[in-house]
Amino acid sequence: MLKISNLQARVESKEILKGINLEVKPGEVHAIMGPNGSGKSTLASVLAGKDTFEVTAGTVDFNGTDLLELAPEERAAEGIFLAFQYPIEIPGVTTINFLKTALNQIRKYKGQDPLDAAQFLKLMKEKAKSVKMDDQLLRRSLNEGFSGGEKKRNEIFQMAMLEPTLAILDETDSGLDIDALRIVADGVNQLRSPERSFVIVTHYQRLLEYIVPDFVHVLYNGRIVKSGTKDLALELEEKGYDWIKAEADAISA
Amino acid sequence: MSIQTKIELEFDTIQKNLNGKADLKYNQIRTEAFENFIKLGIPTIKNEDWKYSNLKGLEKYDYSFTPEGTLDKSILENLPFASLESTQLVFVNGKFNKDLSSELINEKIKVLSFKEAENTIPEVLNEYYGKSLDIKNEGLSALNVALSNDGVVIFVPDNQTLETPVVIRHVNTLEKYDIKSSVHHLVVAGKNAEMKMAEIFQNTGEKSAFNNVVTEVYVGQDARVEYYKIQDENDESFHVGTTQVTQKDKSYFYAATFTVNGGFVRNNLNLVLDGEYIDNHMYGLYIPNGKQHIDNHTLVDHQKPNCESNELYKGVLDGKSKGVFNGKIFVRQDAQKTNAYQNCKNVILSDSASMNTKPQLEIWADDVKCSHGTTTGRLDNDAIFYMQSRGIPKDEAIKLQLIAFVEDVVSQIKWEALREELDTLILKKLQ
Repeated sequence: MLKISNLQARVESKEILKGINLEVKPGEVHAIMGPNGSGKSTLASVLAGKDTFEVTAGTVDFNGTDLLELAPEERAAEGIFLAFQYPIEIPGVTTINFLKTALNQIRKYKGQDPLDAAQFLKLMKEKAKSVKMDDQLLRRSLNEGFSGGEKKRNEIFQMAMLEPTLAILDETDSGLDIDALRIVADGVNQLRSPERSFVIVTHYQRLLEYIVPDFVHVLYNGRIVKSGTKDLALELEEKGYDWIKAEADAISA
Repeated sequence: MSIQTKIELEFDTIQKNLNGKADLKYNQIRTEAFENFIKLGIPTIKNEDWKYSNLKGLEKYDYSFTPEGTLDKSILENLPFASLESTQLVFVNGKFNKDLSSELINEKIKVLSFKEAENTIPEVLNEYYGKSLDIKNEGLSALNVALSNDGVVIFVPDNQTLETPVVIRHVNTLEKYDIKSSVHHLVVAGKNAEMKMAEIFQNTGEKSAFNNVVTEVYVGQDARVEYYKIQDENDESFHVGTTQVTQKDKSYFYAATFTVNGGFVRNNLNLVLDGEYIDNHMYGLYIPNGKQHIDNHTLVDHQKPNCESNELYKGVLDGKSKGVFNGKIFVRQDAQKTNAYQNCKNVILSDSASMNTKPQLEIWADDVKCSHGTTTGRLDNDAIFYMQSRGIPKDEAIKLQLIAFVEDVVSQIKWEALREELDTLILKKLQ
């Protein structure tokens, strides 16, 4: 589904990604962990197409398409979804209006007829219920005045609505209390299927207790320096990142 | 021939055609106004109030002061706002056109052309016409008073309600000539009277118009007046309009000034709060592109205690357009317990567009609540990326944001049918 080869990216003159290799097959859940500043969020943003980062080398193949050639909205229409670490507040645009526009743009891209208002509302109610999202919240301006937990839940709700094939969760667990974390994880688990893959960027192991990954990768200094199964996450939780840093620094030295 | 010389000739013609009415008070101020104009001239950028708005471009055009006032009915009916349920009064090239207009109203309530008002209610003209203007200092107001011989007079006596709103449509036919017009309207709402009106400026053709318009509005004690001004004129046109409002005790005045298109636009909205417990609201939107220049000057003069004024203007500027907002609020020494709020927010879409904002508060009273704020910025790129990441193309994301940005002024339009028509024009412009 997703094959990242030697991906390098920078912001202004600062190299952040220094050669990422990663393959994600349909139905797999990959966790990307690592210390602060290692490039985790940059990887997520580059995959979604944020233009503040300049890709300097490498390729990203997504179901046979060169992802790096596509505009962010085309990537979304092809099935990529990024749950933001800091969801943006957009005053004056309701979540309903925003999602209806998004969903119908994606349908247009795929050559499907747009959903009418009734069809859309029915779908929305169904999905809102599945992620325990309050209907009233959806009638308000997008994320405006939402609590941290509400914003993150709104990301998961949007994911449920848009039904991506690859969902990238960028530190979705940050700033969540345990109840909010559980609701978010439940939402993700409901969406797990043999055709849908997840890349979960996280700093802590906590989220992975609820969303059990197939693979865990450690990103450090712009490279994946260690890969393993969910046990690796437990080991990191116990021992911290220092031993990985030391190992990696020793190799590159 | 320079524009100044043409104006002098035009004044002589008007004076000759007063037909024995030269003795009327409101005709006597014409001469005074004309003399003032000769002294003051057309304002230049040396005048602080005109610093950012240069009228030098007027000289480029060969304005006709006495154009014909005909327009094909079918063309008029195809212009926006034609189907608004209202008493529609149509001015073609600055002249009232009876055939294209609704029936005038001559009952207790009067909705008349200036000429009919001269015969029917000269006492109202004598009492109010031209009185609220500062013709000693405002060159173009003086010019309007000197030259204008047409307009609408609305008189709503005490305790009367004008049930059907009045729409004044100014349509310039600019196929062949550049046209100068000086329309002057007078609106008097008596004690506890209620009314709603709109002025709409449109044109056909590509030549230039120079609209120099004045609307005087008197809002009596406990009266309620809603006033809309909508501008959709071509890029060659100049528009200098002054809406001069005087409010009495406990009255309510609402103004919405929406400039969709116009080459050079200067709107002066001046409110004198001559009473207590007055409430007023001013909303504005301008969305220039290309080389359009839109200047809004507002003035609220709080003279007495316990009044409230609210103001919100918004702008979206694209291309090489320029915007100006100057908001004056005076709170006189007597005007204790004043609440005055002013806000102006702008979004700039291109590198070449510019916006000058100048809030000007002068407060002599000590027990007042006043606030003002202006912001000018660009669209939020993070928000645009967020929308794109959900599948919304960039253009569409920008449009959604702009619609959201203008929504809080558009939603202030209480006249629903008018808002719908205006919405269509705004959406078309923001594409």
